[in-house]
Amino acid sequence: MAGTAVRGRLTWETATVASVADETARVRTISLSVPDWAGHRAGQHIDVRLTAEDGYQAEREYSIASAPGEPVSITVERLEDGEVSPYLTEELRVGDELELRGPVGGYFVWDVADGGPLLLLAGGSGVVPLRAILRHRERVGSTVPVRLLYSSRSLADVIYRSELDQPSEGVTVIHTLTRQQPPGWTGYARRVDQQMIAEVAWPAADGPLAYACGPTSFVEGVASDLVAFGYPPRRIRTERFGATGQ
Amino acid sequence: MSPISRGFRGRRREDAPGRVPPGQYVTRDFPVLSAGPTPHTALGDWTFSIDGGSSPKRWTWQEFQALPTETVTVDIHCVTRWSKLDTVWTGVSLDVLLEGVEHDAAYALAVSDGGYTTNLPVADLTGGQAWVAFNYDGSPLRPEHGGPARLLVPHLYFWKSAKWVRGLRLRDHDEPGFWENYGYNIYGDPWREQRYAGD
Repeated sequence: MAGTAVRGRLTWETATVASVADETARVRTISLSVPDWAGHRAGQHIDVRLTAEDGYQAEREYSIASAPGEPVSITVERLEDGEVSPYLTEELRVGDELELRGPVGGYFVWDVADGGPLLLLAGGSGVVPLRAILRHRERVGSTVPVRLLYSSRSLADVIYRSELDQPSEGVTVIHTLTRQQPPGWTGYARRVDQQMIAEVAWPAADGPLAYACGPTSFVEGVASDLVAFGYPPRRIRTERFGATGQ
Repeated sequence: MSPISRGFRGRRREDAPGRVPPGQYVTRDFPVLSAGPTPHTALGDWTFSIDGGSSPKRWTWQEFQALPTETVTVDIHCVTRWSKLDTVWTGVSLDVLLEGVEHDAAYALAVSDGGYTTNLPVADLTGGQAWVAFNYDGSPLRPEHGGPARLLVPHLYFWKSAKWVRGLRLRDHDEPGFWENYGYNIYGDPWREQRYAGD
C-alpha cells in the first residue's frame, strides 16, 4: 500500500480568489491564492468552506484542476438546486476570501513514477482531476502516451476546450457528444460503450493505467467495460460523484 | 475565526435538527464512492469468514441467509459530506456472527472483494451497532452499493461500512485499512468530524 498523502493534521487556511474564468455557461474555474500552500499531487482534491455573516458554514469537496507547482485552482459546475456551487460560479469575485484545507486523497493521483500508457476517461466535469494529470505530465516533460476519452452533452459543454484542442505531443483527445452534435460532427455521438472502449483504449497487453472520473453511471459503465476488455481491476482507478443535487 | 464569504447565505438545515453531524448536508439520493471497478461475486462463490479467533468461522451465502436477521432504520454519513437519513437495511448483526468466536482481539480489519479493507475497534462492531447487510430498502443490495453484502456501521463515517465485505480479521492491534492509509482518520467519528488523520 502506498504511503499517506496527508502530512500531519490538515488545517483550514484562508484563500483569496486570484482570478475567475468561465469554461462553459455552467462551469467556472477559480484560481486561488493560498499563502502557505504545501503543494499537491495531480488528482487530489480540497475541502472548501464558506462562512455566512451569521456564522453559518457549508463545506464541499472539489478536485484540484491545476498541476502540482501551479497555484491551486478548482473548476466548479453549477448545480441548479445546489447550495455552494451557485455561489462559487455566480457570486464569487476576485479578492473574495474563502477557506480550504488539503490536499486530500492519495489513490486517484498520477505521479510520473506511475508511468503509463495512460487512459483517461472523463464524464462531464469529471475531466477536472484528469486535466490536472495532463498539465502535470506536460510540465514535467513526461513522454508517457495518453488517450483521453471525454464524454460531454454537447460541444458547448466541453470544459477546457481550447486547451484540449491543442494537446501536447503524445496526448490524444477523443470527444463523444451524447446529446447534441454540431453540423458536420464526425466524432462519437453516443454514451461510452464497450465498442467505443475497444476502439479507443490501449490494449490491456500494453499494461495501461486507467483513471475514470464522472457521474456514477458513467464510471460504473466504463470501469466494467474496461474489466471486460481485459484491464486488471487494480489498474483502474475511479472517482465518482453522485447526482446529489448539491 | 473564519473569514466571511461575501454574499454567501447558504441554506439552513431545518429538516432534521440534531441528526446531521457538523459539515454534513442531507441528500435524498444515494451517491456511490469507490476507488475502483465494482466487483461482481456470484452468490455460489460468496462466503463470509471470521479469522483470528480460537477457530476460524465461515458461512456460505445459504448458511448466512439462515442466520437470524434484523431490519434497522439508521442515518448514514459519508466523509464526502452527504448524510442520508432513515435508511432501511436488513442483515445479520455482528453480535450474532461473533457469538461463539472466542477471542481477545480489540480490533478488526474488514476485508472485501477487490482488495478493499477498513479497520474498526471490535467494541464498535458489537452491542447492536453493526451488521452485515444484504438488503437495502426491501430489495437485494445492488452491486454498486456494496452488494451482495456490505458492512453497516452507521455511527462511523460510511467508508467504514465496507462494501462487498467478505470477512473480518480479528487482531490485537489497530492496522489502518485502505482509505486510512491514504490519510483518512483511523476511527472516523462523524460527530467529532474525524475526516482525516489527526482530526
